[in-house]
Amino acid sequence: MSDRIFDVQNVTLRFGGVVSLNDVSLHQNRGEILAVIGPNGAGKTSLFNSLTGVYQPQEGTITFLGRDAKPISIIGKKAHQVSSAGVARTFQASRMFSALTAFENVKIGAESHRGIGVLGAMLKGPGTRKDEKSSDAKTFKLLEFVGMTEKANVVSASLSYGDRRRLEIARGLATDPQVLLLDEPAAGTNPSEKIQLTELIRKVRDEMGVSILLIEHDMKLVMSLAERLYVLNFGGVIAEGTPEEIRANPAVIEAYLGSSSVTTEEQA
Amino acid sequence: MRTLFHNVSVRRLISALAVMAVVAVMTGPAGSTETPTAGFTGSFAEKSSFFGMFETVRWVPFLFLGLVFFSVWSLWLSRGQQVKDGVAKVFAAPRAAAERRPVRWGIAVLLIVVALILPHIITDPFWQAAMVEQIAVYVLLAVGLNVVVGFAGLLDLGFVAFYAIGAYTTAWVTGALPLPPLFGIHMDPFFAIPIAIVIAMLAGIILGAPTLRLRGDYLAIVTLGFGEIITIFANNLYGITGGSQGTALIPHFSLHVGPIKYLWGLTPVPYYYLTLVFVVLFLAAFSLLEHSRVGRAWTAIREDEVAAESVGINPLKYKVMAFAIGASTAGFAGVVTASQSNNIFPSSFTLSFSINILVLVIFGGMGSIFGVVLGAIIIQTGSMYLLHTPPAGYQPSDLYVYLGALLVMMMIFRPAGLVPSRRRRREIRLSEAGEGHADEVLTGDQP
Repeated sequence: MSDRIFDVQNVTLRFGGVVSLNDVSLHQNRGEILAVIGPNGAGKTSLFNSLTGVYQPQEGTITFLGRDAKPISIIGKKAHQVSSAGVARTFQASRMFSALTAFENVKIGAESHRGIGVLGAMLKGPGTRKDEKSSDAKTFKLLEFVGMTEKANVVSASLSYGDRRRLEIARGLATDPQVLLLDEPAAGTNPSEKIQLTELIRKVRDEMGVSILLIEHDMKLVMSLAERLYVLNFGGVIAEGTPEEIRANPAVIEAYLGSSSVTTEEQA
Repeated sequence: MRTLFHNVSVRRLISALAVMAVVAVMTGPAGSTETPTAGFTGSFAEKSSFFGMFETVRWVPFLFLGLVFFSVWSLWLSRGQQVKDGVAKVFAAPRAAAERRPVRWGIAVLLIVVALILPHIITDPFWQAAMVEQIAVYVLLAVGLNVVVGFAGLLDLGFVAFYAIGAYTTAWVTGALPLPPLFGIHMDPFFAIPIAIVIAMLAGIILGAPTLRLRGDYLAIVTLGFGEIITIFANNLYGITGGSQGTALIPHFSLHVGPIKYLWGLTPVPYYYLTLVFVVLFLAAFSLLEHSRVGRAWTAIREDEVAAESVGINPLKYKVMAFAIGASTAGFAGVVTASQSNNIFPSSFTLSFSINILVLVIFGGMGSIFGVVLGAIIIQTGSMYLLHTPPAGYQPSDLYVYLGALLVMMMIFRPAGLVPSRRRRREIRLSEAGEGHADEVLTGDQP
């Protein structure tokens, strides 16, 4: 129980009359690569936004186990507070700071928790210089980690999709997270980039000890990467288990392919 | 006839003539209630000189200008790219040199030296006064607004409010308001400098904290309202501000330290040097700030607030900070204006003043400190020149027509400004290519 990095209990999220998440309960263990799958509109991204403080669910609790194993309630926190607590994320359509270089993108992540220090910045004292140096070093290390050292000075908008994904991961890791949330990291990447990405995600967990929570449509990638899965449909959890269990679960097959008694054509 | 009108060149010629007809009307004589059409007919029928060569009816020079405009336009469309490439080639070497640090320092030192000796070269009293009141003060204001608009990407249409607060604070602490001064002491304007800066910054925080949750246009409207509120307050709170009559006499700067007794009079030169010191200080501080983590955080928020928040940046805090820091220069500018001009009136702090400052920032290049300073100097010098030696038929209120036209031209040909900041130029290029989401609002409403 105490090793649950995320513990989501009975979360309901509504937008007016539309129920986006309906009584969702799930959890992630520390160090686990967990995946959330489901058809379009199942509420996967809503779940991510609830976990990162972008959306505020009306009911339920989300408990996050912070850096010193201190439980933190996510609901009611703002996105930047959630990030400071140790939750990093990437976005479905990768959101870079497009006019900045790859290096600057990661550096912004690396220094965002340092407080503000306007006076220090204006005077550029020794403390500020030291901070700058350590952020630079950290940024270089992360770019090396994701294999983008040569592209450090490339403007991020001119990077390929695969590079942007990796850069977003590096930017997220720069905030020293406990858990990294990846929203469809493989979307728009080619097969060889997909393999690289799978290796990278595994490396993040193994070498940095960061837990991974993943939304993905690419079943091959999910099945090879995830240790456990949740399946969402119509805002609710319909199945939970290992990749093998999920593959054999009739409820999942029904959600993806439609029920066997009523085909989609007949409904139309 | 119809086919003739479909000819692109003919349409271009008609447009060129139409633009010049508009210019003729705008620069022509004014109508009155008795002869409402005089402004229109006079614009074409009145006698005027053909560029000092001979006297003729007014429509002839404008027809001529229209033809010139048409030929330049046609040439630009066919040869424009060549010209652009040529210009780029010529400027490639200086631009590359300007990227290097020692060259940058050299230029900075050179500019400061020029600024220092300038009052000894320009001794015309009109220009000496203009250098303080209309150029140096506006440079300060533009540099401050640039922090808000250029760095943080917040459209502030009420920047004049902080300037007014700075000026009225000076009046207050020197005892020129009906309101009794701080601790009952009539202070020297020197001491008003830190007080005015702090109060302007506090006003920035007070305005910013509740309103900076708004985005884009909504923020612009709220700041516009704030600017108006301050002016109306100054106008109506007779017992505090002196109302529309303005303040009592605000003293000049004076220095009484031991045996040194020095009183600044009406000569603008000492004010010029004082302002120059602060301009240099503000410029140094702001350019360090731009390249610090604060500047990067501002860029991140400007480009994608959601992503910025996801890496732990608190947008509200940084935006409020941008407001406060931007307001500080306006606070100081208020002190200089108040002390030098002796009196301040609510009618000097209008919306058009805010817009004027915004034009300087946009013209110079949002986010580019050097560009904004250069833009402010060019526009203010130009408008002062028009005031000092007005061409025939020019009235001071015409200025905004020309500024507006200039702004339209800039938006078409050089949207990132005169000397664009590197980041901004990239952003504009990206948004033209349909990439990037600098101004995208969160998809899906928050509950």
